[in-house]
Amino acid sequence: MPSDLRIIEHPILDFKRTRKISFFFENQVIEAYEGESILAALYAAGVRIFSFSENGVGRGLFCSIGRCSSCLAYVNKVPNVRICIEPVRDDIRVERQKGFPNLPLDTNVNYVRTERVKTDVLIVGAGPAGLKATLTLAELGFDVTLVNDHYKLGGQLVKQTHKFFGDKMYYGGIRGFKIAEKLVGEISKFSNVHVYTNAQAYGFFDENTIGVAVRGCDEKNLLVKPRAVVVATGAVEKSLLFENNDLPGVMGAGAAQTLMNEYGVKPSDKAVVIGSGNVGLIISYQLIQAGVNVEAVAEIMPSIGGWFVHAAKVRRLGVPILTKHTILRAEGTDRVERAVLSAVDNNFQPITGSEKVFNVDLILIAVGLQPNYSLLYQAGAICKYVAELGGFTPIRTWGMETSVPNVFVAGDASGIEEATTAFIEGEIAALTIAMKLGFDSNSISRRRSELMDFLWNEYRLAPVVERSRIGKLKVTVSEEEMEKIRKGVLY
Amino acid sequence: MSYRETGVLTIEDLARKELLPSDERLRRGPVVILECPEEIPCNLCIYACPFKAISKDRIYSVPRVDFDKCIGCGACIPQCPGLAIFVVDLSRENYALISLPYEMLPKPEKDSIAVLLDREGREVGVGRIVKVWQYDKTWVVTVEVPRDKWWEVRNIRIQRK
Repeated sequence: MPSDLRIIEHPILDFKRTRKISFFFENQVIEAYEGESILAALYAAGVRIFSFSENGVGRGLFCSIGRCSSCLAYVNKVPNVRICIEPVRDDIRVERQKGFPNLPLDTNVNYVRTERVKTDVLIVGAGPAGLKATLTLAELGFDVTLVNDHYKLGGQLVKQTHKFFGDKMYYGGIRGFKIAEKLVGEISKFSNVHVYTNAQAYGFFDENTIGVAVRGCDEKNLLVKPRAVVVATGAVEKSLLFENNDLPGVMGAGAAQTLMNEYGVKPSDKAVVIGSGNVGLIISYQLIQAGVNVEAVAEIMPSIGGWFVHAAKVRRLGVPILTKHTILRAEGTDRVERAVLSAVDNNFQPITGSEKVFNVDLILIAVGLQPNYSLLYQAGAICKYVAELGGFTPIRTWGMETSVPNVFVAGDASGIEEATTAFIEGEIAALTIAMKLGFDSNSISRRRSELMDFLWNEYRLAPVVERSRIGKLKVTVSEEEMEKIRKGVLY
Repeated sequence: MSYRETGVLTIEDLARKELLPSDERLRRGPVVILECPEEIPCNLCIYACPFKAISKDRIYSVPRVDFDKCIGCGACIPQCPGLAIFVVDLSRENYALISLPYEMLPKPEKDSIAVLLDREGREVGVGRIVKVWQYDKTWVVTVEVPRDKWWEVRNIRIQRK
């Protein structure tokens, strides 16, 4: 039997493991606990290869949040199931794919019924922006439909174990997973909120209708006809080009965070982290809390990317931050056994002879995120590439409405920033919708003005977030400018 | 090299940010040291202080401490998301007392011995833990530190039994 990598004792988290579940992984029986993802359960049992390329090369996991294609597998013969966001169930059969999957001719799929839903507002994504938008609209009495592709609500909040920075009035000082618990708890009290988990919004259609595929026990094809939509689909981790970057054991930093903080599975014994932004620094600290030795953090720039306080936390735990360093290659036969780092010159080119070899079984890539804008792009929203925001993101008004009338964006999908601004953007989008849908109240517009003022004239003026402020200004326009954009006069 | 390159603050850095108490104040008794030199959008320390000794002009200003109002109670230590707050007590002759945040395993116990670490995680000695308390899973640990190491010690490691 392979060892169990589940974390028993953790300084911050209590992992509640209740009902045991067993399922089949090829010829093996895997023991898991209710609530775990298939991928987390396999990882805890020592599995590191989750699919094979056509030529037989094994593939590890990369994102662990249902955004990449590394862990697509057969579940009960249904191909292309993203097992990182698929919960374990009794007696399911999981098999790895090799290259393209077989045509699903014998999956014995039941007829999936279609259900039409009329709602005031559809919210896509239940991270900080989506949850806050949902709660705001629910409190005003609107009928809200919240869909989330993960089977749990909270987005990336559920794996944030640190106390949040920010304003006391905006969840500052509370650990991220506690904020998720609080918001989800509040939302559950409203009978005018309809929540669908394991539910993916797959596209906009005519008649103002959005298709949502709901999986799990009660499978259905939801055709939602809302008066307004908030797309709060978050972000995807970026990869990095280096030799053997596809070796199992090279993964996004957030994937390790998902394993250890969401599921309590220790991702490795020894790690190096590439990138010293806040994500790289915070996750390095959390790896140590989970019992992982962090051998080094590498940063290609001459200075540390993230905030000093985060850097100081890992430095005083003895972790070196190697500025002007990059990763040259990963080494190992079928999984990571070593990371080779190198110093770089002023043109970011590796300096021969400066290689440093680290015997590690995990290489975490923390080089930034990009907005998950695909649904908005399909909807026809005009998007713009903004380097400061991590990639393409829709043009929007100050009230968060995109060039598609009544389609709004909030959170990281609107450009990479952080949780405090995601909450605020979610609330601004919700209040703009309330005003548009005819909710006549001075208090609504006053609240919205206060939020906008705080966001733009207080919070985003902080020098450490200047880059994202510049980025957001590049894609934010007035109502008048947006009208011109819609008519094709601008852009 | 600056702390932006090293992740390590010097005593001059702190003095420049007006976050270093005077020698006289340090000798008088416990006092807070906020190792928070950057303009980050966060204001939790202001609300954490029962004596209103910490202030900020704007949410992103570098915090300002009124060292005469501060009694060194340490209430702010576990509420700082950056774990950047420490309390130093140089009022005793034989040793200094440092109170610091701790979020690792094993859990700290009063009267046990901890390994003292500096800002780079290097061992600089051992010290007795004289007080522990916890707020939302963050421990505040007060340790005895050789007096001449009061500026260096900013972390501890506790050996498993």
